[in-house]
Amino acid sequence: MQNTPQAGALPDISIDPAAKPGPSPEDKRQARKQWLKKLYSQRHLQIMALLGVAWMFVFNYIPMYGIIIAFKEFNIIKSISEAPWVGLDHFREFFSNDDFAVVMKNTLGISLLKLFIGFPLPIIFALFLNEVRSVRYKRTIQTISYLPHFLSWVILGGILITWLSDVGVINKLLLTLNLINEPITYLAEPQYFWGIVIASDIWKELGWSAIIYLAAIASVSPEMYEAATIDGAGRFQKMWYITLPSIKATISILFILAIGGVLNSNFDQILVLRNPLNESASNVIDIFVYHTGLQNGRYSYAQAVALFKSVIAIILLLIANRVTKKLNDTSLF
Amino acid sequence: MFKRKTKGEAVFDLFNNFGMLIVCFITIYPIWYVLVNAFNEGQDAMRGGIYWWPRVFSLENFEAVFQSSGIMTAMGVTVAKTVIGVVVHVLFTAMVAYAFSRRGLIFGKFYILMGTVTLFFGGGLIPTYLLIRDLNMLDSFMVYIIPAMFSFFDLIIFMTFFRDIPDGLEEAARIDGANDWSIFFRVVLPVSMPVVATIALFHGVYQWNDYFTGVIYINNADLQPIQTYLYKVVAQSSSNQMMAQVPGGVAKTVTSQSIKLATMVVTTLPIVFVYPFLQRYFVKGMMIGSIKG
Repeated sequence: MQNTPQAGALPDISIDPAAKPGPSPEDKRQARKQWLKKLYSQRHLQIMALLGVAWMFVFNYIPMYGIIIAFKEFNIIKSISEAPWVGLDHFREFFSNDDFAVVMKNTLGISLLKLFIGFPLPIIFALFLNEVRSVRYKRTIQTISYLPHFLSWVILGGILITWLSDVGVINKLLLTLNLINEPITYLAEPQYFWGIVIASDIWKELGWSAIIYLAAIASVSPEMYEAATIDGAGRFQKMWYITLPSIKATISILFILAIGGVLNSNFDQILVLRNPLNESASNVIDIFVYHTGLQNGRYSYAQAVALFKSVIAIILLLIANRVTKKLNDTSLF
Repeated sequence: MFKRKTKGEAVFDLFNNFGMLIVCFITIYPIWYVLVNAFNEGQDAMRGGIYWWPRVFSLENFEAVFQSSGIMTAMGVTVAKTVIGVVVHVLFTAMVAYAFSRRGLIFGKFYILMGTVTLFFGGGLIPTYLLIRDLNMLDSFMVYIIPAMFSFFDLIIFMTFFRDIPDGLEEAARIDGANDWSIFFRVVLPVSMPVVATIALFHGVYQWNDYFTGVIYINNADLQPIQTYLYKVVAQSSSNQMMAQVPGGVAKTVTSQSIKLATMVVTTLPIVFVYPFLQRYFVKGMMIGSIKG
């Protein structure tokens, strides 16, 4: 094994010039020498680290630089730096375009519904699952409930499209129950689209999202429940007065994150479920960016829309962080 | 603690258990539906009404799937990208995490700051596409591997684990003359199998399920993974293309719908098989991730 004497244990010398009273040039040179020696001794580690840094530079930081095309008129044949600046033209175009209202309505509509229905449901599911007495039954339910999380939207979308077609299971069921008189092609009617997206998202993620709450509930001290039982509290009272307040911090953190992601209207899902017939309800920001940018080649315009979205997302995250901090002293940062 | 169930408690338990049963049923049934229909003869399935069990049991749909060159090529791409992607992702991310996790690493704080920024900001779809294009990775298998070989989020999970490894192990190896590379490969990785398995399984599921990379970066049909193939069939209703690739011999009772369902089953099966193993690890992995994130 090739090895040098210095490459033994990492020298644990922290260089702290302030600790020495008045460093002379000689001391400085000494310190520098020590530092270089330390750097040399960890050269293998530095190579490993720098490989990662190089990857991040290329795949995270270069695209960040690419954001500036939102303020330029980028042309695919030329490089980003050659493209002429156009200021806020693309933003102005987006705000004055008819698409703006539709895209915003769909993005916010789907996201807010997801937030107000999709966010509390896993908490409720976790609370009730926690009340199941048999450990084995509880574990089985949990295992089943997060299976859909691991299936791709292509598969789930395939199932949905089959089920919701005019000859699909849903129509058969509703016709048998006499709830409808003739079959409806659900994915061709914009008014059903939001509902389908929300319901299928909950179906896929309910069990998975509940995991984190269940873990938080598991760490609540059993003594609290015992004390409450002695005081004559029922199951609902224990849920409301003990379990829920105990997981408040977890809920707050996840809520902040959910707000920050409000404009991410689940691209993977909508890309599978959308079609030209439901476009007026399925065109969300991410889909719009994909279409205008990658399919129609209007890179700069699409990037302006994407940037607008990121800015709003950051503002929302900061507001949510602020509010939860005020309300109950928990915050993300 | 000894306690007797009151009447109210018993009623609660009954309703709660029943409610949970319904949730499970709703979760699992659509998957079951696909399964029984895929195992039913295609022509017969067109009549509908197959809800619990195949009416005319048949393996022809699966035969058709396995004889379709398009589907098999796409399956091959998926298997290759998953296996290679996982190995590269785990080794590379773990290696960087090992370096970042060492105390006294010069510039270590700066490296970690640089990574943390990427958790909150990113270039997004368009700049990433332009980068991939500039790197000549369009229509190349590498587009599945290289842009996915590192994740700072996974690095945090690795780092949390590596920091808990007793120093003694590493020091012993150092005294024996091992350098950082051999310590990483022969000491750190072998004792970190639980976290390696967690990340490998997560990334494996990602690679297996990802269809979008194939949609935007790949034009060559021979390089598209099965999920992209299915996406085109499902979302763009090009099932006829699926039928066209089925050799004449088997296609008597097979319909485009039945072959689609069979492909979905074949695509999903591996996930369902690794699922029990997955389960052992992911809760822990998710907890670490969420605490840090």
